[in-house]
Amino acid sequence: MALTTQQIAEINRFAGHYRQKSGAAVEALKLVQRSNRWISNVDLAAVAALLNMSPDSLEGVATFHNLIFRRPVGRHVILVCDSVSCWIMGCTNVGGHLRRRLGVDWGGTTPDDRFTLLPIVCLGACDHAPTLMIDADLHADVTASGLDRILEDYP
Amino acid sequence: MTDTADTRPLTGAIPSDGSALGLAGYHRSGGYEGAAKALREMTPDGIRDEVTKAGLRGRGGAGFSTGRKWGFLPRQDGGQRYLVVNGDEMEPGTFKDRVLLEGNPHQLIEGMVISAFAIQASQAIIFLRGEYTLAAQRLAVALAEATDAGFVGGNLLGTGYDLEIQLHSSAGRYICGEETALLTSLEGKRAIPRAKPPFPQTSGLWGCPTVVNNVETLCNVPHIVRNGSAWYRSLSCGEDGGTKIYGVSGRVKRPGAWELPMGTTVREILEEHAGGMQDGYRLRGLLPGGASTEFLTADQLDVAMDFGSVEKAGSRLGTGTMIILDDRTCPVGMLLNLEHFFAQESCGWCTPCRDGLPWIERMLEAIENGEGRPEDLDLLAMHVDLLGPGKTFCALAPGAMEPLGSGLKHFRADFERHIAEGRCPWRQ
Repeated sequence: MALTTQQIAEINRFAGHYRQKSGAAVEALKLVQRSNRWISNVDLAAVAALLNMSPDSLEGVATFHNLIFRRPVGRHVILVCDSVSCWIMGCTNVGGHLRRRLGVDWGGTTPDDRFTLLPIVCLGACDHAPTLMIDADLHADVTASGLDRILEDYP
Repeated sequence: MTDTADTRPLTGAIPSDGSALGLAGYHRSGGYEGAAKALREMTPDGIRDEVTKAGLRGRGGAGFSTGRKWGFLPRQDGGQRYLVVNGDEMEPGTFKDRVLLEGNPHQLIEGMVISAFAIQASQAIIFLRGEYTLAAQRLAVALAEATDAGFVGGNLLGTGYDLEIQLHSSAGRYICGEETALLTSLEGKRAIPRAKPPFPQTSGLWGCPTVVNNVETLCNVPHIVRNGSAWYRSLSCGEDGGTKIYGVSGRVKRPGAWELPMGTTVREILEEHAGGMQDGYRLRGLLPGGASTEFLTADQLDVAMDFGSVEKAGSRLGTGTMIILDDRTCPVGMLLNLEHFFAQESCGWCTPCRDGLPWIERMLEAIENGEGRPEDLDLLAMHVDLLGPGKTFCALAPGAMEPLGSGLKHFRADFERHIAEGRCPWRQ
């Protein structure tokens, strides 16, 4: 899928903020990912060309960041914090519940393409551990039973 | 305005309903008075001197004097220079910058305006971790309000000083919070740290003189400028100036974050503010300032939480947000969790960190699973030394060794029990 005219305009606007266009690499990838869910090889090459970068150079950036997806993900991405405060407060149970409930392991996507399940580092809401994010939303003080209700909001 | 504004300058005006303080509310709390005073009545050197005298030390974890950090910039030669805000809060157990970013975004912007003027930068960038989506929205709104009101943009307050502020939202990886890796990332490269020297103040973003300051650090600056360094020092009960946002997470009754005088004791934070341990849980130890600090133990509760006192007690103030280890949590399991984090987040650039941390993680995993050998404890201790300060490219691995080295010392009997019994005693 080629970039849309609007995406190209947005990326060029980001690039204008930096001394070299490459400074907009992460923001451009995130922009494309917001509409396409992940970064395909075609998208990667198109963004690289816009930013005067080689595709391999941009690939180095894309694969470095855990929130840039180089493989397809589901409609919603669940990020379960597995860092120390959430671990003390029981994130292992939260992760276990989600894996059973969704029938996927870490990194997996449900067959209906609805959810991708991933671990994430400390989300900075440790006073409300355990925590997780679904897409751009933070959920705190998560319990296994409360989770089922939360998932309903993400069709 | 109220006594909270006097004793809690950073958080006193934050609405209690979870919303952000808008521009009107910020004005009512004295907002942008510091910027007006700085730009109209003070010189850049004068601001720096005041911040130095105030005893403001970096709140990102390293605790370096902010005024002195600014002072390392070369003399202004008319070239581009940058102020970069480190809003990549990702130290496990740390949630203090989130409070400031979400609750009072204008305070950070005002801190940036004054600090950028003090270092004569015309460009400033907020580097925000990608997961802080609510903070990003609120900062964008506040930046638009501040630009409309003439506090950001061209010819600020009619003084002829120009400042552009840009918000950069990142996409994960703990190493981006290391200031030189952060700058590398802003240039559109893999976020690998740089050799120091040269320090960012001489060669930073795009090779230009650059200062990188933490969010909480910059939020202190408007109050110092408005009320003076003597007032700022009087807020503290120790040698370092000001207040500190302390936090507690783990099995306590009321986990949370509180702005208190710098130098408040561990005991007061833990017992009065966090409400003490939950019923049925006993305190075994704590990491005073995030994952990469050394354990303090239950007999060290009277340590004052300021940079010098925590260091004397054998650890570091770090980010000032404590992680509590209780008696029903396995210390080996906790260290395995911590070292898993550091191994995963190593950028892979230097060998001891890239290869040493996964090795440590595997040894801890074996011990936790009942497959450890007695000699593993000496091997782990050897790695604490091999990955220590000065032996790696940046501070990530030495930071990772702080909980491990101190954990091996304080919880040695627990390690030995795992090995002797061939199982984790905490597991059913």
